[in-house]
Amino acid sequence: MALRDENGPYFGEYGGRHMPEPLVAAIDEITAAYEASKVDPTFQAELAELHRTYTGRPSIITEVPRFAEHAGGARIILKREDLNHTGSHKINNVLGQALLTKRLGKTRVIAETGAGQHGVATATAAALFGFDCTIFMGEVDTERQALNVARMRLLGAEVVSVTTGARTLKDAINEAYREWVGSVATTNYIFGTAAGPHPFPAMVRDFQKIIGEEAREQVLALTGRLPDVVAACVGGGSNAIGIFHAFLDDPGVRLLGFEAAGDGVDTERHAASIERGRPGVLHGARTYLLQDEDGQTIESHSISAGLDYPGVGPEHAWLADIGRAEYLPATDAEAMEALRLLSRTEGIIPAIESAHALAGAIRVGKELGEDAIILVNLSGRGDKDMETAGKYFDLLDATE
Amino acid sequence: MSAVETAISARKDAGSGALIGYLPVGFPDLPTSIEAAVALVENGVDVLELGVPYSDPVMDGTVIQQATQAALAGGFRLRHAFDAVAAISARVSAPILLMTYWNPIIQFGIDKFADELLAAGGAGLITPDLIPDEGADWLATSDRTGLDRVFLAAPSSTEARLRQAVTLSRGFVYAVSTMGITGARSDVDAAARSLVSRLRDVEATSVCVGLGISTAEQVREVLGYADGAIVGSALVKALADGGVDAVARAAAALADGTRLN
Repeated sequence: MALRDENGPYFGEYGGRHMPEPLVAAIDEITAAYEASKVDPTFQAELAELHRTYTGRPSIITEVPRFAEHAGGARIILKREDLNHTGSHKINNVLGQALLTKRLGKTRVIAETGAGQHGVATATAAALFGFDCTIFMGEVDTERQALNVARMRLLGAEVVSVTTGARTLKDAINEAYREWVGSVATTNYIFGTAAGPHPFPAMVRDFQKIIGEEAREQVLALTGRLPDVVAACVGGGSNAIGIFHAFLDDPGVRLLGFEAAGDGVDTERHAASIERGRPGVLHGARTYLLQDEDGQTIESHSISAGLDYPGVGPEHAWLADIGRAEYLPATDAEAMEALRLLSRTEGIIPAIESAHALAGAIRVGKELGEDAIILVNLSGRGDKDMETAGKYFDLLDATE
Repeated sequence: MSAVETAISARKDAGSGALIGYLPVGFPDLPTSIEAAVALVENGVDVLELGVPYSDPVMDGTVIQQATQAALAGGFRLRHAFDAVAAISARVSAPILLMTYWNPIIQFGIDKFADELLAAGGAGLITPDLIPDEGADWLATSDRTGLDRVFLAAPSSTEARLRQAVTLSRGFVYAVSTMGITGARSDVDAAARSLVSRLRDVEATSVCVGLGISTAEQVREVLGYADGAIVGSALVKALADGGVDAVARAAAALADGTRLN
């Protein structure tokens, strides 16, 4: 069987439905709607039309030779998910799940968000479809992503600042689950990444795999061959699985996922779940987790809110185990340097999340040299990160 | 019949039903949590449900979340659960179930955890985020050790899933009274009565209702149709606000709901 045909509930020993019983009926309902949508040409046509007229698909690819001079002269090609409406790949998945919500006859959506990208995309879809919308966001993230909070509210969503636990993405997910248990009759949970209980890992991947399908054709058309490396950042892993999926059965293409290494994987402040975690169960799936010896989740750290998550999608855990994809760390400092470099050499300001993939591309480019072709998923744009970058590079002093 | 089933059925034979009381281990500290649990039994609680603090308790409301987070911040380690069970079971005879999210058990080792719980005098596990579909290892271990395994049934569960919960649970089936999380509610949902009735249709003989029960009147109402009533947040709140004396009084007041009028 082709690797591309793996559809859960399990990916090797990972995945499953580790859920409280009260949510099983809702998960079954979504599973049925998702399975039906896969073979429903009307659904697929509706989604494709939305992507053409609203998202702005297909997204382009951009070769970045001035940036590549700093990466061993390899050819570096960016898949421009940053140019999608709402500024990241998140809209691909949200529009798919919003269409499913409509089919389920539900009138309200909830979602978790870390950096705010998924929350903004969900609030956007809610406005477009006329759904009520509540977004759960850790208090730490509402502070470091205040502009995205304002965007969500402007779009008509209620934003709940989550003050439990570490007050970041994992706690926002906990709170969204708690809300969902009590409101499941009218409410659909639009999950933002390729993690959580089945069918979310497979379903979110299926809504994101358009990234790789387009990019594979685009790179072939541009260069006449497949890339040597496909690089993406990995938090939960939806943009990564989205661009990897089309290449899973191309054995000559190396798939590299870059996890947020924060201050470094040998410190206590990182989010490298595959590199430094071990298998366990969190948020509905068995996967690699950062946890202590008692199985208590350890708080992750990353300068990018979107990668600040102590778990990872189960398909990535499986791809790591079977060796089909490699997962490598990229630190805060490496990511910020790559962010500045792309901005100055190409006039493209990437999201800090995506800058982890760019940092990885620089490293791999230097190893492989100028004959290599490296495809990087530029999963989001950096507008939301200006406050963080401004502070990091000391750019905010008006008197200078 | 397991110790939990025996305790519940003894109260049924007396014409009423059982009171099941929840408190987390290690809140506000390990010794006090042990004293509080003993006080529950001395004041009319028939079965103890000891919560294992966990970093990501998705089925718990604010009161229990705050208590379990405080226990973790205070240095709770998994082995303290065995210490608590051993200390409590040495002093009172009520059977003790641990209520635990599943990841800590996986990390400890399911077989090893079961053996240590048995050695400490524990009766079994309530597993809020483990559905039987994902529980093959635990089914095998609990069969080997004879430990009780309590699975949840919800108002949203299909008949097939209710049947599965009834067939595979031992001790009792935990009937979730409402579509929600733990925490006191002014009315115990009418959904609870309907759920218990549906569980009876698939031949459940030991059904306890939990979530939202906080008064003796609610206990009495629930015991009109179920075999046991589970109280958590109201006891945790009493312990948090007034210590062991307060939780003892709260238990005694709730136990009044198990007496025949």
